[in-house]
Amino acid sequence: MANLTINGKSYTLDVEPDTPLLWAIRENAGLTGTKYGCGIAQCGACTVHLDGTAVRSCGITVSEAVGKQITTIEGLASDNGLHKVQQAWLENDVPQCGYCQSGMIMAVAALLKDNPKPSDQDINDAITNICRCGTFAQVREAIHAAANA
Amino acid sequence: MNQHVTPRLNRRSFVVGAAALGGGLALGLDIPFGGPQIVRAADGSPEVNAWVVIRPDDTVVIRIARSEMGQGSLTGLAQLVAEELACDWSKVTTEYPTPGQNVARKRVWGDFSTGGSRGIRSSQDYVRKGGAAARMMLIQAAADEWKVPVAECTAANSVISHKASGKTTTYGKVAEAAAKLTPPADVKLKDPKDWTLIGKGVKRLDTADKVTGAMMYGADVTLPNMLNAAIKDCPVTGGKLKSYDEAKIAGMKGVKKVVAIDGTAVAVVADTWWHAKTALDALPIVWDEGENAKVSSASIGKWLAEGLESGPAYVGNENGDAKAALASAVKKVEAVYNYPYQNHATMEPMNATAVYTADRCEVWCGTQNGEAAFAAVLEASGLPAEKCEVHKLILGGGFGRRGQTDYVRQAVKIAKELPGTPVKLIWSREEDMTHGRYHPITQCKLTGGFDADNNLTALHMRISGQSILFSLRPEALVNGKDPATFQGLASSGEATIGYSVPNLLIEHSMRNPHINPGFWRGVNVNQNAIYLECFMDELAAAAGQDPLEFRRKLMSKNPKHLAVLNAVAEKIGWGSAPPEGVYRGLAQLHGYGSYVAGAAEISVIDGTKIKVHRIVASTDPGYVVNPAQVERQIAGSFVYGLSALFYGGCTVRDGRIEQTNFDSYNSMRIAEMPKVEAIMVPSGGFWGGVGEPTIGVAAPAVLNAYFAATGKRIRSVPLRDQNITFA
Repeated sequence: MANLTINGKSYTLDVEPDTPLLWAIRENAGLTGTKYGCGIAQCGACTVHLDGTAVRSCGITVSEAVGKQITTIEGLASDNGLHKVQQAWLENDVPQCGYCQSGMIMAVAALLKDNPKPSDQDINDAITNICRCGTFAQVREAIHAAANA
Repeated sequence: MNQHVTPRLNRRSFVVGAAALGGGLALGLDIPFGGPQIVRAADGSPEVNAWVVIRPDDTVVIRIARSEMGQGSLTGLAQLVAEELACDWSKVTTEYPTPGQNVARKRVWGDFSTGGSRGIRSSQDYVRKGGAAARMMLIQAAADEWKVPVAECTAANSVISHKASGKTTTYGKVAEAAAKLTPPADVKLKDPKDWTLIGKGVKRLDTADKVTGAMMYGADVTLPNMLNAAIKDCPVTGGKLKSYDEAKIAGMKGVKKVVAIDGTAVAVVADTWWHAKTALDALPIVWDEGENAKVSSASIGKWLAEGLESGPAYVGNENGDAKAALASAVKKVEAVYNYPYQNHATMEPMNATAVYTADRCEVWCGTQNGEAAFAAVLEASGLPAEKCEVHKLILGGGFGRRGQTDYVRQAVKIAKELPGTPVKLIWSREEDMTHGRYHPITQCKLTGGFDADNNLTALHMRISGQSILFSLRPEALVNGKDPATFQGLASSGEATIGYSVPNLLIEHSMRNPHINPGFWRGVNVNQNAIYLECFMDELAAAAGQDPLEFRRKLMSKNPKHLAVLNAVAEKIGWGSAPPEGVYRGLAQLHGYGSYVAGAAEISVIDGTKIKVHRIVASTDPGYVVNPAQVERQIAGSFVYGLSALFYGGCTVRDGRIEQTNFDSYNSMRIAEMPKVEAIMVPSGGFWGGVGEPTIGVAAPAVLNAYFAATGKRIRSVPLRDQNITFA
C-alpha cells in the first residue's frame, strides 16, 4: 500500500514501493494520459511533475514519490481552462500521433515555470523527449508561443 | 461505431444499438450509398449514406475508413468529403466504422488498409463521391419538402436555400428525409479549381484530446475485470519455446496464468502489466533457437556481398546494353553502398486487448489495417466473422509496423486461455525492438561509364538483399521475383527513375535472411535513393561537373522530376556561395506517385560532427489536400529518415537483433532538428502520396553535402558506425 498525492488528490494504492511511479499512475490510479515508451528514462513519454520538477516516472519508484505532489497531464489544466502550454499546443496544431505529447507538454510546462522566456538553446538543452513523428518544429514554435502568452 | 476521439468501450455494437432504437437496418444490403431504408448510427442519427451521418443539431459525422497514426489523413479525408458535401466545417466530427461492420455491409467503406501513403490518394475518388451524393440527397429532400424543382435549390455551409421563395433549411432538419431517398446514380465531382476546403491548411480534428491526456490509445484500454499480459517471443526468429519453469513465479504477486503461444512465445497474465512483466522477467525460459542462431550481421553482409557479384539476378529496369557500354567506356566509376535493418520504434509499443468467449471475440487495438486485424481475430479465435469484431483506436505511431497483426493474434491466443476475461497485451520496449518487422537489409554495387566527352553512357546498379514481399506478400511476387525492390528506379509506374541513361541495367539478387522484414516508412526508396542519388553525385564529381547541372542534363525527358529538383535548387540558392563553412547537397526521387527533392545545408566539425542547418524540400503530389499537414509530414519524414541515417541500424548477433531500447537505437531530439522549408508545387491531374516519399531525399542530400564539406564519401548507414554524429 502506498499513499500518493496525484493532481491534488490523495490515492491509497495497492502497489509495492519499488513499482515504477509510471505504472502506479497508469494502472493503480487509472490515469492513462502518462505514457509508457521505453521504461529506461530515455524517451520522456512518461514525464510528470514531482513537486513541480519534470521527472521521468518510469525511472523513479513509488516510494520516492510518497509525500510529494505528483502532477500528471490530467492535472495540468486548472478550473480556468487549459494550461498555456496545452493552449499553445492546440493553437499550433502540434501533435501528430500524439503519444509522446503528454510527456512533451509536461516537460515544457516545467521548463517555462523555471525559465519563462527560454531561448532556442535553452529549449535544446531542456527538452530531450523523443518524438518519432517528428513534431519538433511545431513544438519549438508552440513553446515560444506559450512563453509569450 | 468507435468514436475516434474518446472510444466508448462499453458501447453496444452498431447492430444492437440500431435495433434497440427501432431504426430500419440495412446491414448486409448491397447499397453503396445508403438506400430506401434508413440506416442509423449508434446514437440514432440517420446515415445519409455510409460516409455521412447528420445529427438533428447539424453535427456532421464523417466516417473514416483509414487509420489515423499521426499522418493527418483523418482530417484530410474529412476535408475531401466535406468539400463535396458543402457542409459547415466547424460542425464536422469523425468516426471509424469497424471492420466487422464493413464485412457485414459488403465492404461499403472499401479498403481499411493504411500504408504506402495511400490513405488519401486511394480513397479520394469514392469519399468525395460519398460527400457529393449526400449533398444531392439533402438538397433533394429540401426540394421535395418545399415542392420546388431541385435545380433551383443550392447548398452551402450546411444550409440549403431556394432563392425564388427565400426558403432555407439546414442539413440537420432534412437528414431524416434525405436518408430515405434513393442515392443518385450520377454523381459529379467539383472541378479542382472550385475547391474551397481542399487545399486549405485547416487544423487537425483529433488534437484536443492529445493535449489533455484524454486520447485513448490501445495501450490505454481499460475494461471491467481486465487482466494484463507481458510476452516474450523466441529471441531468434524461427526458434521455438522449449520449456519454462512456471513454479518459479507461482507465488509472485498478481500472477494469474502463464500461457505458451504457438510454440514460440510465452506470456504471463497478471492483475497489472507491471506484475506480469516482473514475473515474466523472473520466469526461467529455455529456447530452442535453431539454426538461425548462427547468423550474424557479418554472415549476412558476406552473403549479400556475394550477391553483388554472382548468381542469378532479376532485371527491374533495362535499356541499351549497359555491360557492353561499360566495357568500352573511357572512364568508369564504381562504388558499393549498403543499408541496414531499421526498427519502426513507434512510440507506443505493440499492444492489443482481447476478450474471448465461445461465441464472441472482440479486440481493441491500434492497427493500420483493420480488416487484416479482423482476419487475424477470426483465425486466432476460430470464430466466424459475425462473432468477431475489432475496435480501432488512434495509433501511437505506425510507420508500417502496425500493418502487421502478430500482436493481435497473440492477444487473442492469450484471451482464449481465459474465456470471458478481457486481457490487454502490451509488448515491452525490449520485445518491440527485438521482434520488429525490420526495414530490409540490402547492398548495392553501382558502376557508371563515361565517353571521351564526359557524357554518362552507362549505369549498372546491382542490388543484393532482402525482399519484403517474399516474406509478407508472396502473392505479389512476379515469378518469384520482387518488383517492389526497384521502388524509385522503375521505368514506369508510381516510382520511376528520373534519369535517362543510354545504357541502363538495374537488377536485384534476392537474398532473404531470417530476420523478418517489413514496410518501414518510405520502404525501398530509403536505400534506393541513397544508392542512386549519392552515386549520381559521385559521377558528377568524376566528370568534374556541378551535381545539379550533371543531373539536369540527364533529366530532360522527366520534367516533373526536374521541376521539383529545380525548385529546391532555386530556394536554397544553389550556384550562389553558401555561408562560410556551410556545404550543400541535393537529391530527388519519384515515389508513391509524388515527385520530391531535397537540398541540405550542413557544416561538419572535425569530420565527425554534422550540423544540419536547413533542408529545403519540394513535393509535387498532384494535389495538396491540407498544406499544413503536408508540411508536417515532410518535416516528420526527415526526423524519421535522419534518425535512421545517424542513429539507426539494427544488427544481428547469435541470430537475434542486438538493439533493445532507445539507448542502443536512438532517435533525433529537438536540438538536432534542422530548419525545414517545404515547397509544394502540385501540378494536378494525378494523386500522389505524402507521408513517405520525402523521407528518401533527406539522407542522400545530407550525405552529398558531407562530401562537399569533406571530400569523403559515406557509403554505409548508420553514421554512428563511423563515429559520426550530430553536432
